[in-house]
Amino acid sequence: MGNVGAKDVPVLMSPEGLRLDGRRANELRPIKITAGALKQADGSAFVEWGANKVMAAVYGPREVHPRHLQQNTKAIVQCKYNMAAFSVDERKRPGLDRRSQEISKVIAEAFESVVFAEEFPRTSIDVYIEVLQANAGTRCAGLVAASVALADAGIPMADLLPAVAVGKAGGHLVLDLKKEEDNFGEADLPMALVPQSGRLVLLQMEGHMTRDELATALDMGVAGCKEIYEKMKQALRDRYTVSGPADGGA
Amino acid sequence: MDGSHRPGPRRRGREGSSSHPPRDRVLVLPGEEIPGQGLKPGPGTYRVGGKVYASVLGLLSPRPPFVQVVPLSGRYIPKPNDVVIGTVTDVQGTFWLLDIGAPRWAPLHMTGTPWQVEIGETEKFLHVGESVVVRVENLDATGRIGVTMLGEGLGKLEGGSIVRISPARVPRVVGRGGSMIQTLTRRTGAQVAVGQNGRIWIDGDPDAIARVREALRMIDEDGHRHGLTERIDSYLKSTGASGEEGPREPPSESAHRDAPGQRYPPPPDVDREVGDDDEPAEREVD
Repeated sequence: MGNVGAKDVPVLMSPEGLRLDGRRANELRPIKITAGALKQADGSAFVEWGANKVMAAVYGPREVHPRHLQQNTKAIVQCKYNMAAFSVDERKRPGLDRRSQEISKVIAEAFESVVFAEEFPRTSIDVYIEVLQANAGTRCAGLVAASVALADAGIPMADLLPAVAVGKAGGHLVLDLKKEEDNFGEADLPMALVPQSGRLVLLQMEGHMTRDELATALDMGVAGCKEIYEKMKQALRDRYTVSGPADGGA
Repeated sequence: MDGSHRPGPRRRGREGSSSHPPRDRVLVLPGEEIPGQGLKPGPGTYRVGGKVYASVLGLLSPRPPFVQVVPLSGRYIPKPNDVVIGTVTDVQGTFWLLDIGAPRWAPLHMTGTPWQVEIGETEKFLHVGESVVVRVENLDATGRIGVTMLGEGLGKLEGGSIVRISPARVPRVVGRGGSMIQTLTRRTGAQVAVGQNGRIWIDGDPDAIARVREALRMIDEDGHRHGLTERIDSYLKSTGASGEEGPREPPSESAHRDAPGQRYPPPPDVDREVGDDDEPAEREVD
């Protein structure tokens, strides 16, 4: 690959088809989802995904602040994505920046398309995403955490929203990039899927891909989302399962 | 946990519900398809292309031909005639705004109180942070919640402390026919008032309050597990030590007699409306 600083680029894909961490091209990093991780929020979730650690909290539906954002016929979804100063190797300057504003916006819009907002006019559903440790793919991890938190908060919606990125690293399409693959790779394509309808409600791309690669990448991403979907559902089941003999049989 | 609870099959469909199959307590998640044909979508569900899906996390509750999902979590969704406990968040000229844990704040108009309130004098009667027992009177399509303080058992709360639990657990705190409340009050001597919105007011001596708090925490966290009543009972017994069944003076009425207004919402008033709709939650209490 004709990269400029090619001498520092690690080998992202071995001749045997293994990646830096030994994964195959279409393999996800290990994911652990805990629903209901916070006591005070209406809903919450903690997601550990590879080396990512992301906490999400949902409040609402509740009164809208600031008031002028209130909509007479439906709830609004507000999202705040934030990276902790200690979430990356070099201290991240705390506070809003262009990147976190963008991510907050696309995540809020993704949820607006699945949440049944008409049920709660003049209210706000507030989603907070805090990245505690980052290793590429935090917007997807944040979305997954927030989605589980929304379900935990009892918010009515069409479906959970699994999300994953597909990228191009070392000339190969790979699922769920880790940091080195993101930094040294050629493309990054995060997406979020509504499994019930098959619609994508978040799709962004950075870098370059051919048309054919894009088509393949979308298929890989959708397959990855479905895998994550199962883990999200399991996390919620673990929290809410009505245990006991009577229920097993019923 | 408690070795005392009986395993094996339980009395199911005990209410002689021959018309309905025994209520199976199936957990569903948003986006999950609800199997069955010719179903009509009730609360907590939606329909796309002839199929019905759950829209909230909860327990499936078939009411042929409708299906509905009874939520297991989430904020308090007001229903007319619910008795709830609210906290004043704002005072205006003619009304107070109450936080009742619902999606919106509920205005309590000055004419909905037993007091003679002059316009602009609302502040003399209720301040921000104070709590009241009110009844949900009306709801409109915009989500406005009208509440009133006129009625038996409604009024301002003085003293005591308030605990918040999930509104979905309220039927468990009340128990079948008020059994859990009775256990709590009898074993501790505390006074307890349960709002349908999951706010619970406790008064009594500090030790009693602490024990009720702990019991409520157990219900809130393990309310979906079996043998709850036994566990709560044994917890209260084991902590009751000295005073145990002792302080049973008719719920400390005398201690507060000099305070004005009706303050204690009699719990019976509250558990009346539990159980007609939400039994899934309290069904297998014991």
